[in-house]
Amino acid sequence: MRPWLLLPLGLLALLASAADPASPEAPEAEPALGPATVKAALAAFADVAAVLQHPRCMNCHPAGDVPLQGDESRPHALQVTRFSPDVGLPCSTCHRETGLDQPHLPPANPHWSMPPANQVFEGRSVQQLCLQLRDPARTGGRDLAALLEHVEHDSLVLYGWSPGLGLSVPELSHEGFVARFRTWVEAGAPCGITDDTHR
Amino acid sequence: MKVIVNGTEVEIEVDGGTPVLWVLRDHLDMTGTKFGCGIAQCGACTVHLDGQPIRSCVTPVSEVEGREITTIEGLGAGELHPVQEAWIELSVPQCGYCQSGQIMSTVALLRARPEPTDADIDAALSANLCRCGTYPRIRKAVHRAAKMMRGEDGS
Repeated sequence: MRPWLLLPLGLLALLASAADPASPEAPEAEPALGPATVKAALAAFADVAAVLQHPRCMNCHPAGDVPLQGDESRPHALQVTRFSPDVGLPCSTCHRETGLDQPHLPPANPHWSMPPANQVFEGRSVQQLCLQLRDPARTGGRDLAALLEHVEHDSLVLYGWSPGLGLSVPELSHEGFVARFRTWVEAGAPCGITDDTHR
Repeated sequence: MKVIVNGTEVEIEVDGGTPVLWVLRDHLDMTGTKFGCGIAQCGACTVHLDGQPIRSCVTPVSEVEGREITTIEGLGAGELHPVQEAWIELSVPQCGYCQSGQIMSTVALLRARPEPTDADIDAALSANLCRCGTYPRIRKAVHRAAKMMRGEDGS
């Protein structure tokens, strides 16, 4: 077989496994992905990372204990921190389920919240974010399939594209974001390090 | 629409987008809950929804249909709540406008932290503003109320 045939066959196997996720032998049976697929996956993840570091996503995934606000990512007003809920001041005190459609109000969402302190998006390189997302210890226990489900359907993720209040949204559409996330996941979530496909 | 306020179910004719604050004050004539800023930045309008604090000025009444709202009027269920007793004992209020919100937030704090530190108090009440600057007395009264609620002599 000519070497150049390997890549298309690999892609066919990948597509077949994607279409039949119940296939038990799928992960191990997949042939090694060609460099073009890995390159496309890395490019897709770079776009994903840009979204993760947009203020709509990053503001609640800050490097410190203080959530950020607005397109300037300024510290949250009123000295609110990730520990505020522990002293009887949950996010839902002000960030209500549906809220009122008026300017200057706290954004509303049924489960407005901060993630655990090890899910930082702020100040991370693309590769650091990549390695972080494929580590379930730093994704709230989500594996890649669960992460894909999360970015596609979670109302708090979707909020990032319809924040209202004059706030900016990521340059990439939500559909584009999910598509690129899927491209990265289905290519084995490579992060650009040796022997790093993650299945 | 039915809402439960201080244990009593009440029927109100109101648009679902009306803030809970105005349902309490204008429709139910319960004026202990105050309007301060209208944008959840001052805490004067704090009430409890199913035991959790909310800013009633930014909460549409459609969110609380059939759920339990507790206001400053119902906090002690006919008597003074220990937090209110402590507030009176230490003469916390100056103008008093923010104090029902301060008290509602304090009750939420003491449910989460029955024995709060100064740092806990500062963190819990950082979003309740007092333009009279009664913060030192508020902090003392929170400690006093915490001891009373734990059954300890708070003197």
